[in-house]
Amino acid sequence: MATDPAIEISNLHVRYGDVDILQDVNLTVERGEVMVIMGGSGSGKSTFLRQLLGLEKLYGGSIKLLGKDITTLTGQEMYQMRKEMGVAFQGGALFNSMTVGENVMLPLREHVDLNEQTMQIMARMKLEVVNLAGFENLMPAQLSGGMIKRAAVARAIIMDPKLLFFDEPSAGLDPVVSAELDDLILKLKTAMGMTIVVVTHELESAFKIADRITFLDRGKLLMSGTVDEVRNSDNKRIQNLLNRVPEEEQLDADEYIRRLVGREE
Amino acid sequence: MLTFLEGLGRRTVRGIEELGYHAALFAESIYWLVWGKRIGQPVRNNHVVKEMVSVGINALPIITVLSFSIGIMLAIQGIHTLKTFGAQNQVVLGIALSVTREFAPLIVAILVAGRSGSAFAARIGTMKISQELDALKVMGINPVRYLLAPALLAMLVMVPTVTFFADLVGLLGGGLYSAAELGIGLDVYWERTLDVLDPEDLMQGLVKSVLFAVMISLISAANGFSVSGGAEGVGRATTRAVVMSIAAILVTDMLFTYFMNQ
Repeated sequence: MATDPAIEISNLHVRYGDVDILQDVNLTVERGEVMVIMGGSGSGKSTFLRQLLGLEKLYGGSIKLLGKDITTLTGQEMYQMRKEMGVAFQGGALFNSMTVGENVMLPLREHVDLNEQTMQIMARMKLEVVNLAGFENLMPAQLSGGMIKRAAVARAIIMDPKLLFFDEPSAGLDPVVSAELDDLILKLKTAMGMTIVVVTHELESAFKIADRITFLDRGKLLMSGTVDEVRNSDNKRIQNLLNRVPEEEQLDADEYIRRLVGREE
Repeated sequence: MLTFLEGLGRRTVRGIEELGYHAALFAESIYWLVWGKRIGQPVRNNHVVKEMVSVGINALPIITVLSFSIGIMLAIQGIHTLKTFGAQNQVVLGIALSVTREFAPLIVAILVAGRSGSAFAARIGTMKISQELDALKVMGINPVRYLLAPALLAMLVMVPTVTFFADLVGLLGGGLYSAAELGIGLDVYWERTLDVLDPEDLMQGLVKSVLFAVMISLISAANGFSVSGGAEGVGRATTRAVVMSIAAILVTDMLFTYFMNQ
């Protein structure tokens, strides 16, 4: 069992209505690895993450987490699986009606039978890890953007999950805070041996933390490789993204006129 | 004409879909309330108590004012109307039946829909757009169990309880005015009220209030869970929750009353 890869995705196909959002995505993430998922806007990376988290129904293919296919798990089995997963959402998604400490403690309250004091100590330990010691009695509204994200990380790791997911950890943060968060991700990898999946479009951050990088583009997997392999890739779309070159759109004169006059045919 | 029919058809389908969604939410809440504990995912008592305080206890002052006013209003109108026939003494019967069968359950349900239903829809909607619902799901905390089930149970207990309270206050309001106007003692009024009041009258009101409780919780939750489109969407869902709840309450009241009095 322990030799199963942390994440194994085969032929993932996601479709909303008649539109294919993701197609033929095959990917394996080994245990203890930091996998960064990159891609421009509309590449399907957010949808991809929601699929991994089991938040959306998929159209075809399979997603195995820790050796178990989450598309066939029963409600109760998925409930057990969720205890092995931690997620830090883009905006933190802390519960606004609870203090930071209560937020961090919530998974413990729901999943384990411990006394209040033990849970408080565990929550403080995780807050220490993310450098937020002493902030447990504040409300989320009183925290800065970077602090909210770190509190969200503390909540995500409270159950010591085997899989940790980050959605755009650097979005909306200044470069220094963003770098601190990168260090935190690396610390979690080495200190706790977690398998970490990070969805981001920040190149600098990706190169710093990734063991491997996967590029998604227009709903397809473009390439998956180490940082060096990605840097040396001769794929034009990847190089455009790495060098921040705007996409040149092929201009079709007839199509252009049709768009302007608003005719379908 | 064709587009009108098409629109009508689409609306009907959407309506049926929504009704199905409400039914599914209800079934799921009952499942968590009954089975949750056995599979290690209980509906927390402290959540239920918190909801009960906010739905019921905190509403008592305003309920008191409203039902007292309604009682007096019924007495004024009743005496004024019955005077024409020289039967103003019959006002006791009028007040007793209207308060317990109609006014107390209605006023409580409308107030709870406006106070708690809207707040509930707004809370769930805000949680949806800030990804807090997703956060709950990925933590293995089912949002229906965590948010809706405690609110539903709290409403099921508190709406009838508060309705019973409103019955008493409404009767008292009507009694104080009638006693003064007709020159009878409050004890005589009370005795006559108990005399004319059948337990069935009281029960009819209370059973209705249970139905209203279910409708308010489901409609508010469904609108909250379906929010899309940011803060504006939350506002829209909140308004829709209140308007739909009140409409559902009144129509159900009419149907229920019709069938119960056949």
